[in-house]
Amino acid sequence: MHELSIAMGIVEAATEEAQRRGVHVSAVHLRLGALSGVVKDALLFSYEVAREDTPLAGSKLIVEDVPVVILCPRCNENKTLISLQSFTCPDCGTPTMNIVRGKELEVFALEVEDEEVSK
Amino acid sequence: MTEPRLVEVRRNVLKQNDVIARALREQFRSAGVFVVSLVSSPGSGKTTFLEKVLTQLQPHYRVAALVGDLATENDAVRLARSKAPVKQITTGTLCHLEAAMVQNALQGWELNQLDYLFMENVGNLVCPSSYDLGESLRLVLMSVTEGEDKPLKYPTIFNSSDVAVITKNELAAAVEFDWETARKSIEAVRPGMQIFRLSAKTGEGMQGFQDFLAQRLAEHRAVAHT
Repeated sequence: MHELSIAMGIVEAATEEAQRRGVHVSAVHLRLGALSGVVKDALLFSYEVAREDTPLAGSKLIVEDVPVVILCPRCNENKTLISLQSFTCPDCGTPTMNIVRGKELEVFALEVEDEEVSK
Repeated sequence: MTEPRLVEVRRNVLKQNDVIARALREQFRSAGVFVVSLVSSPGSGKTTFLEKVLTQLQPHYRVAALVGDLATENDAVRLARSKAPVKQITTGTLCHLEAAMVQNALQGWELNQLDYLFMENVGNLVCPSSYDLGESLRLVLMSVTEGEDKPLKYPTIFNSSDVAVITKNELAAAVEFDWETARKSIEAVRPGMQIFRLSAKTGEGMQGFQDFLAQRLAEHRAVAHT
């Protein structure tokens, strides 16, 4: 289980971005590829632990699942894989390792509010 | 507080690891050392396999190994019997190796004095798949006793690996290992993957693997010098 260290990495990345912009983060949006090697439920649970005692305490983690997309050499088109148990084009059945998407582990947006001016 | 708003950022969560891994890969390339990382479940026979590989290569090549283990140094002690330089990375509670650990472990090593460097990951088919270690080749092992459908259960690690080794072939008949089913499972999750079926214990198939390594080392150096 390496999701806790991944969650800590997310908190760290989001904290840096927030500090640079002088904003408070209420939610972190993450793209999670099916081939990232990270289990979503374990990550959501780990995030609750990782965010404590950081500027992100109380923030939400919102995960956007990214399926594996391959470029089929025969159809010459991007296709979404039906299952990780079969790296073949869902339409013509050609096996392929031309992976276009699905390895993402990326913070792509933050829901932010400006820090209160008077403290 | 003002109204919440959405700001776009693009941050790869594993960027730190990837940056170090890229630097390691460049270092390995310029030193001309071919680096193989090994991943498998606990008990697949990584250490036995690696001990045999090191012993076989030792008379002809300059070889060394890094070995990741949660708590003990047993694997390093076993590998040291091959007479190759071996360094243990004790990961503590961490279930995988990260590029920074490899970088630290290699401090002071003269990589250009090596032909092959092997890195044995912690026995785990899940977590190591996320971490690039800068290796030239990622090798996934499974033993015939683990069941033919192992690749279907762990598609990510098989998909992210370059070559598969099926070990403990001396037990294949006893456990009624179905080679064709295993081959199809691997092909389904990693089309075109080269598979070596061998026994580190009896030596069956080991020469074929060594020939493969020699060929890959030659290719690696040919590319490095262009």
